[in-house]
Amino acid sequence: MVADITHNLPEYSVSELSLALKRTVEDAFGNVRVRGEISGFKRHGSGHCYLRLKDDQAVLDAVIWKGVASRLTVKPEEGLEVIVTGRITTYPGRSSYQIIIESMTVAGVGALLKLLEDRRRKLAAEGLFEVSRKRKLPFLPEVIGVITSPTGAVIRDILHRLSDRCPRHVLIWPVAVQGEDAAGQIAAAIAGFNRLTPGGRVPRPDLLIVARGGGSLEDLWAFNEEVVVRAAAASVIPLISAVGHETDTTLIDFAADLRAPTPTAAAELAVPVRLDLMARVSECEGRLRGGMIRRLEDWGRRVDGLRRGLPEPGRLQEAAALRLDDRAERMANAMAVLLERRNAEMLRQFTALPGPREYLAKIGYQYAQAVTRLGYAMTSLSTARTTRYDTATKQLRPQALLGEIDRSGRELGHMAERFLMAGRRVVDAREDRLDRFAELLASYSYEAVLNRGYSVVWAADGRVIESAKGAEDGSRWAVEFKDGKVRVAVDTGPPPKPRPRSRKQSADQGDLF
Amino acid sequence: MTPVSVAPDIAAMDFEDALAALEDIVRQLEGGKVRLEEAVGAYERGVRLKQHCEAKLREAKAKVDLITTGADGSLGTVSANIGADGSLGTVPANIK
Repeated sequence: MVADITHNLPEYSVSELSLALKRTVEDAFGNVRVRGEISGFKRHGSGHCYLRLKDDQAVLDAVIWKGVASRLTVKPEEGLEVIVTGRITTYPGRSSYQIIIESMTVAGVGALLKLLEDRRRKLAAEGLFEVSRKRKLPFLPEVIGVITSPTGAVIRDILHRLSDRCPRHVLIWPVAVQGEDAAGQIAAAIAGFNRLTPGGRVPRPDLLIVARGGGSLEDLWAFNEEVVVRAAAASVIPLISAVGHETDTTLIDFAADLRAPTPTAAAELAVPVRLDLMARVSECEGRLRGGMIRRLEDWGRRVDGLRRGLPEPGRLQEAAALRLDDRAERMANAMAVLLERRNAEMLRQFTALPGPREYLAKIGYQYAQAVTRLGYAMTSLSTARTTRYDTATKQLRPQALLGEIDRSGRELGHMAERFLMAGRRVVDAREDRLDRFAELLASYSYEAVLNRGYSVVWAADGRVIESAKGAEDGSRWAVEFKDGKVRVAVDTGPPPKPRPRSRKQSADQGDLF
Repeated sequence: MTPVSVAPDIAAMDFEDALAALEDIVRQLEGGKVRLEEAVGAYERGVRLKQHCEAKLREAKAKVDLITTGADGSLGTVSANIGADGSLGTVPANIK
């Protein structure tokens, strides 16, 4: 029984000891506050979270039950230094102890900022914040998508400022802006707006605003979440971030295409002032008209200038009119002179013509002579033939020649007949020509001129008086009209005055009154 | 001025481009280096651009819709009532 003597301590089973330890630990550390850095954070499918708190020398396992996890204001992050409260408990099955976390706060702003800075570096290294990724905001967006809480001052400020400046179609995607679900909702909203197709049932915005009012670093933490930052960086639609107040900076600000210091400022950056634009448009309109009018005036002045360089059309016309008048006058004079000359020439030729009776007598004489000569010719021809016949009869035997004579006699008869006929035709033709000529002559005759109302003045010796020269007082001339001659005595005194108008007419008119 | 039909290229322009084009035409006309025929064409185009700009500004009507997500994840919109102070009036109960 040596053993019994040497081992007088009570003997525990493993379970008894583990339970005793558990009771002791839980009694002693039922409510502790511990500071440490989060490591190995893991959310189990059941909703419970497992992590470790550590410092430079020790590690403490920790559990956050599902019910507590959903109430946490701090989202447990790898490397985040936190202060937790809870109780220590043991897990006999594993020979381990751990802290059951009841609440968690960040161990000072410095800790959070350090985490933020580490994450910023990491995402920057990926190029998410590159300036080259920044898209230009549309000058005048048609549809603006706003991702924020549907309640509260933020959306009100944005809508108010938008309608002040330039009313637009606004699509609000309501999200939680703090708490555990906030980051996921915000990221989903950004991606959701980007998935909309232009012209679809829900119009696709051409500008996004992600906004939240001011708050603590922890309150704004959702906008530092990697999922939100990545969604903002991936947005094809230009995005303005407006989270917190001017001094607050969240990581979405680095990924956004433009950072607005406040939600109200985001509205100002999103749209121009409509009235300013209208003023600009009407200013353009005025300048457009003014410019056009000045152009037209300039061109008008240039045309005026060029016209002054040209001679006055009126002057040109005056000169031309003068020349025309001159030519017309000269032509009229020339015409008169020409007519006069032609007239005189005609009269001269006319008076030089033999009288028609003389001409007819001459032609008649020529005709008679021709007939006489024809008679002689016929006689002499006949005689000659007779002589030749006589001679022949004497020389030839009559019986041999009888046929020939008979034939020649007949031929002679024919010839005489034909000759006479030919002669008559010649005479007939001459007569025709004579007749036509006589007609022509009659149409040219001065008597025809007389028929047109002219008269011929004859001197006593039968000359035609062609000029006033040689007119002496008392000369006796004959004036031939179409219907006869009148003898006249020349008087070279002044022409008689036209007879005064008879007063008889006015006396007749007097009867009218 | 009689309304001028908007050329298709102008109709497709956004406001900023149309305004820039209009300002460009104004500068050209004011610069005085335009030929007469070109000036007439430019003026007409300027008038059309101006009308297009005004139409774009007129189109702007304050309209606020809330995005709703259906059970199947499909998106829809409901018109949001805006209070006199700019606050949203009715917000569907499922959105918070």
